[in-house]
Amino acid sequence: MNNKAHTPLFHVSRRAALPWYGAWGIRAAALIIALLACALITNLITGLNPLEVYATIWQGSFGSARRTWVLFQNIAMLLCVSLAITPAFRMRCWNLGGDGQMLIGCLATTACMILLGGKLPNGVVILCMFVSSVLAGAIWAAIPAFFKAKWNTNETLFTLMMNYIATQLVAYYIIIWEVPKGAGKIGIINQSTQAGWLPQIGSYKYLLNILIVAVVCVLMYVYLNYSKHGYEIAVVGESERTARYVGIKVDRVIIRTMFLSGAVCGLAGMLLVGGTEHTLTTTITSGRGFTAVMVSWLAKFNPIWMILTSFLLVFLERGAGQIATSFGLSASYADILTGLILFFIIGSEFFINYQIKFRHAAGKED
Amino acid sequence: MKKIIALALTLVMIFALAVPAASAEAKEVKVGFIFLHDEQSTYDLNFMKAAQAACEKLGIEYVNKVGIPEGQECYEAAMDLVDEGCNIVFADSFGHEDYMIQAAMECPEVEFCHATGTRAHTEGLANYHNAFASIYEGRFLAGIAAGLKLQEMINNGDITADQAKIGYVGAFTYAEVISGYTSFFLGVRHVVPEATMEVTFTGSWYDLSLEAEGAQKLIDDGCVLISQHADSLGAPSTCEAAGIPNVSYNGSTIEAGPNTFIVSSRINWEPYFEYIIGQVQAGEAIDADWTGSILTGSVELTDVNEAVAAEGTPAVLESVKEAFAAGEIHVFDTDTFTVNGEKLESYMADVDTDPAYEGDTEVISDGYFHESEFRSAPYFDLQIDGITLLDTAF
Repeated sequence: MNNKAHTPLFHVSRRAALPWYGAWGIRAAALIIALLACALITNLITGLNPLEVYATIWQGSFGSARRTWVLFQNIAMLLCVSLAITPAFRMRCWNLGGDGQMLIGCLATTACMILLGGKLPNGVVILCMFVSSVLAGAIWAAIPAFFKAKWNTNETLFTLMMNYIATQLVAYYIIIWEVPKGAGKIGIINQSTQAGWLPQIGSYKYLLNILIVAVVCVLMYVYLNYSKHGYEIAVVGESERTARYVGIKVDRVIIRTMFLSGAVCGLAGMLLVGGTEHTLTTTITSGRGFTAVMVSWLAKFNPIWMILTSFLLVFLERGAGQIATSFGLSASYADILTGLILFFIIGSEFFINYQIKFRHAAGKED
Repeated sequence: MKKIIALALTLVMIFALAVPAASAEAKEVKVGFIFLHDEQSTYDLNFMKAAQAACEKLGIEYVNKVGIPEGQECYEAAMDLVDEGCNIVFADSFGHEDYMIQAAMECPEVEFCHATGTRAHTEGLANYHNAFASIYEGRFLAGIAAGLKLQEMINNGDITADQAKIGYVGAFTYAEVISGYTSFFLGVRHVVPEATMEVTFTGSWYDLSLEAEGAQKLIDDGCVLISQHADSLGAPSTCEAAGIPNVSYNGSTIEAGPNTFIVSSRINWEPYFEYIIGQVQAGEAIDADWTGSILTGSVELTDVNEAVAAEGTPAVLESVKEAFAAGEIHVFDTDTFTVNGEKLESYMADVDTDPAYEGDTEVISDGYFHESEFRSAPYFDLQIDGITLLDTAF
């Protein structure tokens, strides 16, 4: 028998925690490599000058004052949903229902705007919109949480399926509220009276939403890091048994946290419909509930870092759209570039958590 | 932290260098187009081709924004086009209308044109315009081609006269669709009076699998010829697989159905685009509500696929077209259809959009229903006898 130990060319081992600048250095390097790869592929396929392509990506977000406002509005909405799902994620409870919870918040807001708009004073309508959307989102999240707490059902599947129920409910109500009949769309709600529209600060359409989300972001940071609830969430996330041992009521924490998670999603829905969109469609959330998973995860569930990760994702998306417009490329091409960049960024997490040791390096260690 | 700041600054500088200086736009025409989907959709492709042709012919600069949903994104896209110096902004989908109006209110110096919309003639905005074409004429002609095919199948003994049932895949139970399938059906009946039709709705303007399913359902139900008013290749492909003749819309689908495609009606938007560009160049006002027709070259039929169509179809179509031009035929002639078994003498159509959908305009006179005359977008929404709606959920 051959007893000689076979040394592989390289092996992968877990890293000790990297200092934060090391981790972000790797991420930045990944981003740069991703941009280079995009440049190469763009040049090979389309023959365009990569620098022009980058300039266009930049212009997509900062080409005009309006684009910058739209960028920040989109960041605010994505950040809001990301903040919403984060408490659940910290608890290792995978709430993939952010999209549905947001959508049901949109539905509740729309219902108030259509049914109460013009009949009650505007302030009261907005209050109703706020309460109903937050409650709707919270209930949408609390249902799977209740089943998880009581019977340990799988929250990933449960919340995911709740999304489809929300989508179909919205589709149903669109047919009821459609204008004109048979058109399958609601259009701008109360366009002439602006009843139920959130107030606009000065001439800045998007400022209110951005400010509200900024406040939510700070509150969430404080809640998760400096409150008793936040601590309980962290303990449950680390180990449910430990949590039980130290006397934390795990069922209660799960339901309470998911309730909060859904409530903030519902708030995001209200900001979206009441603040900027003023309409309801089945795709109004643009899949933000799913993109939020990536935002939250990339930022290691830290609300402050999430500002950066949501900026990155929105920036790429806007830039990709601008490429499609400026160069007359298909919108799918923009998706390819976004996918490529995300591939590198997510891939970089591997190099943050693990290191690769080659044979001679391994030999030295022995 | 320093590293990150340095990196960020470097990136900013790289980008800043690459950004070309914005140049002031002269008083030249630049058109911005907003499309609901990309070129995969036959509906949007039809607009894109016309936009390109019109702008290149006139030597006009233009920008396309594709895949713009019917929501706030449409408003943002329109405003962005204005920022880029466009003095005409055009949107192609019905659901874009509210957002175009919002943008039009904010930018009075820019012309906003919208296809298929209904509100321009009542909105009172000088810079917001609707346009459509009397596509029911094209549908009627396509229906005649379908009728000739049915007649040939009956003559050949493939089907009996009472099996002459055709199918139609519609998007929504909206007037534009109702007007479309009714005029198509009247065209068929012009040739085969005993024909009947079944209609199914998908609840979406573009959904490949739903449209394919709808066509399959109609085929399983015994329909021997299919047409559609939805924008994907779902129905034509299904017909090709089942060997069922298909009359298409928005342009030829002969590549998807070489053995089943008969003919397609489409709106040619080039005349409209040339019109609005010409008006802006000349400093003239654009009509609030513009209706193209067969006579303006806005309504067209594609080439007839002679491998599938009945013999002599092009000649018959040509003679009917001439009859249109001479005003001898009216598509919605009240002698050719009944509603609940009765001939129609009067009908108040909902021409001015209001939340209650109340009829406000008498549209029947001189023995026919005056479609697309009081506003460009269709308002024929009657359920005539001989057509069965399989589902009306949408």
